[in-house]
Order: sequence, then structure tokens, then C-alpha cells
Amino acid sequence: MTPLLDIRRLTMDFGGLRALEAIDLAVHPAQTVALIGPNGAGKTTLFNCITGIYRATAGDARFQAGEGRCVPLRGLKPNQVTALGICRTFQNIRLFGHMSALENVLIGRHCRTRAGIAGAILRSRRARDEERRAAADSFRLLKKFGLAGHADAPANSLPYGAQRRLEIARAMATEPRLLLLDEPAAGMNPQETRELNRMIVQLREEEGVAILLIEHDMRLVMSLAQHICVVDYGRKIAEGTPGQVRNNPAVIKAYLGEDDNA
Amino acid sequence: MNWDYLLSLFMGGLTRGSIYALIALGYTMVYGIISLINFAHGEIYMIGAFTALIVIGVLTLAGWNGMAILLIAAAAAVVYAAAYGWTMERIAYRPLRRAPRLSALISAIGMSLFLQNYVRMAQTANFLPFPNLIPDFACLKPVAHIVRASEIVIYAVTALVMLLLTLLVKFTRMGKAMRATAQDREMAMLSGVDVDQVISLTFIIGSAIAAIGGVLIASHVGQINFYIGFLAGIKAFVAAVLGGIGSMPGAVLGGLVLGWTESFFTGYVSSDYEDVFAFLFLVGILIFRPSGLLGRKQTEKV
Repeated sequence: MTPLLDIRRLTMDFGGLRALEAIDLAVHPAQTVALIGPNGAGKTTLFNCITGIYRATAGDARFQAGEGRCVPLRGLKPNQVTALGICRTFQNIRLFGHMSALENVLIGRHCRTRAGIAGAILRSRRARDEERRAAADSFRLLKKFGLAGHADAPANSLPYGAQRRLEIARAMATEPRLLLLDEPAAGMNPQETRELNRMIVQLREEEGVAILLIEHDMRLVMSLAQHICVVDYGRKIAEGTPGQVRNNPAVIKAYLGEDDNA
Repeated sequence: MNWDYLLSLFMGGLTRGSIYALIALGYTMVYGIISLINFAHGEIYMIGAFTALIVIGVLTLAGWNGMAILLIAAAAAVVYAAAYGWTMERIAYRPLRRAPRLSALISAIGMSLFLQNYVRMAQTANFLPFPNLIPDFACLKPVAHIVRASEIVIYAVTALVMLLLTLLVKFTRMGKAMRATAQDREMAMLSGVDVDQVISLTFIIGSAIAAIGGVLIASHVGQINFYIGFLAGIKAFVAAVLGGIGSMPGAVLGGLVLGWTESFFTGYVSSDYEDVFAFLFLVGILIFRPSGLLGRKQTEKV
């Protein structure tokens, strides 16, 4: 089966610093892959290369954009990548704080709607219908993530857990086929983490979305991921099922240091 | 106390203030989106007035008259100025998007000088008479010494433009994209917003509004030259800073406050120092309230 996202020998240099070296990674449709590694290993850099924030120095990433189209991602602008069906969240919350929760989700709908400036000014029937539909879709998403009660509240006034859920709701509004989650459980208490776990499982089952997950909470990783990729100092040091990775000596070394015999 | 005089100063201040507000909106929108003081914005206003003058000349020769000419000329000015704004962003600012902010600022000043001198060469350095095409309504006869018909039109158009702009930014798809871009450009891109398109649109809207201001004030004052954009631009910039740059209600409030202050000072103190007040104001704000009247540390931008 062809992978949904196929990264081949992706390398990223910042001046003289090599942040990623020849990374290979594949994510299959509806699969959940976890990307783990110590801080500064290059995990977020890889996300930035995939989403078009950085332009990779070498190598390429290809994405199955549906209808058998296989699109190279290198050189695309972030909004083009999003339009293809890849969306991400951040480890630090990046909502549009002064806009309402509903508006945040509506921004996610932006690339799936068309009405231009002319339609907006002339209030054409098409533009109005489209805006109404987008608002209805967005509200449904809020409901699904348990945020319906917060729809009109400014995003930065929401409780922490709700802000995290809103980030995922906004990402889902772009109708991704691949969702990149950057430390979704960061700063969450155990109960919120369990809730997040359930929500991700539900997303996977209902929407069939593939997930690439960066996470330090190993319990969450082991419970969600079907495949784990371990990076350290910009290189992939191990890969496999959760069981294989857990017992891999290179991984233990990277996490716990040389002399540990755990 | 001469109430009629006071009232006429108030109305005169409202006229100036409306025009400052129209230009200041363009400054503040562009600043909100890309954190650039677009110093060539005043020139767009001037080009709007010149375009209208040329169209009026042609239509007058063709035998048209009155309001029809003004409407067509204003429409032409809006389209032409919007095209200038769009082009300006493309050639002078977009290549510098990732450069230090100072580079873009210098590019803006260069653009301003270029446009001024281009108009001087293509047209003339002299003042040109601008016909007053707004008829003096008969019903305004009794108050003619306080307010003129052209001023009433300025108030009405300004209010309408602000209303439309507010609706656009608050409720439409593109308006939401503009606000999102102003708050976090990278995140807006990652949410699928075509930020380049949003920035282009911001320049187009800001320029169109400036052109409307240019046509209105030219028709009221009755003369234009290539240099009018400079002073108007600087004062509108003061208005934008006064209100809190990046805030749209702030731009309008700043414009009105500046207009009234100028009007009352020239009326009661001395008209020789008219322009000094604007800059005294700027110095005062920058010292005592750098974030402006409506500017908070984190204003809702655009």
C-alpha cells in the first residue's frame, strides 16, 4: 500500500547546524505514528518542514492528496499544504485569542470555502449561503469537541483544556487527511490527558484521519501509536511497534544515558 | 461667545477629521497586518484626487454634468488607486517581507518620493483647480455660513465607508481571515489562509478608502497638487498613532480628535501654526501614551 505521507532522506540545515539528517518516515492512511525523542531532537523542525514553514535543505516529502495525486510538498506555501489535507497543532497554544471560539474554527474552514471579496461586498446569495453553511459546520465541530457552550467566548478566555480542544477542532475544520499533533498533552493533568486520548481515538475511528504525533507522555504514546519513530540529534535512531521500540537499546540509551542498565 | 462661529469650527473640524480618519484607516490596517508604516499611503490619496481630476476633465469635455461626473470620477479614482496600492505592495514590500522592518520602511519612503515626483513630471508642479461638483442644496441656505453641502457629503460618505468596513472585517470570510492574519500570520497560513491574498486585499481596501478621501477633500477645497499627499499622509499617520496604531476605531477617533483640535486652535489661537498642532500632538502622545487612546498592549488589530 502506498503511504499517505512519504518522507525520504529529508535534511534540514540552519546555517552550519544540521537539525535533521536524512530522515525517512512513512505514515499510512488512518495510521497513527508517534514521533518521540529528547528535547531538541528535531521533531518540531520536521513538522515545520512538512507544513511549509521551513523549506527542507534536501530530500523530499510526498503526500497522497486524493484521486491518486501524489504531490511533492517541498516548496509549497503553508496554506497550500493545508489545502492538500495536512494540518497541525502547536505545543504552545496558538489560537486567535481575540476572536471567538466559533470564529477560530471558521478560520479553519477558510480554505474549504470560496467566497471572495466581491461576493462579500455585494452580499451575493452564494456568499451568504456559503457563510451560513460554514458557520453551521463549525458549530457542529465545536459541539463534537464539547465546546458548544463556549462558541461566542473569546478564545483566550477559555479554560486550558478547552483551548487545547479548540486547537484540534480548528485543525479538523480544514478537513485534513493527516493531522500533525505537536505535544497535545503538554501541560494537561492526568484526567485531561485521558480525555484527550479518548478524543483522538474517536477522531481516528470516525474520520479515518491519519495522525502524526509528537508527545512526551509515554503512556499516551504507547496507547495511541501503531508505529513509533525515535529521533535524536536530528537522526532516526529507531523505529517499530511500541513493543519493539520500548526494548530497543539505542532508545534506552538516548533517553536514560549510557550507564543506565534499565 | 459666538455660537455660530464655534459651530462652524466644530463642523470644519469634523470635515478635516473625517478625511484624516479615511486615510488613517489605511495606515492602521496595513500596520495591523504586516507591521509596516506605509509612508507612501498619502501618495495613494493624492493619486486618487488626480485620477478624479483627469476623468472629470474628459467627461466635462464630453458634455456630462454635475453629480454623474463626480460619481464616475470617484469610481475611477477608487479603481485606479486600488491598483496602485496592489502594485506597490507587490514591488516594494512583498520582496522585503522577511527582511528587517527598517528595510521595508525605507522602501516605503522611497515609494512615496517616487510617486510624488512621478506625478509632478507626468502632470505639473502647480496647483490645479478642482471643480466643486457637489451642488449647494437649497435647504442648506440658512446654515451656509456654518456648513457647506460638500461637508455634509463628506460626513455621510465617511460614515458609510466606516460602516461597510466594520461589517466586512467583522462578519465576512475575508474579514475573519484579515483579523486572523493580524493576530498570528504563521498560524493563519497553517489554518489554510492565503496570507499573500489577504495582504493584497488589505492594500486594495486601504488604497480605495484613501482615494475616496482624496476625491472628497479635493472637491471641497477646490485645488490639488502633487504634494497634498505628503502633509495629509503625515497628519493621518498622527491620527492613527493618536488612536492607537493597529486599531480601526482608534484611527477614526484619532482622526476626529486631531481634526477638531486643529480646527479650534486655528479658529481661536492662530492659523499660522495650523500644522504645528498636529506634530505637537504626536510628540505629546509618544511621550505620555505611546500606545494611543484606544491602543492597549494587545489591541485587536487590522
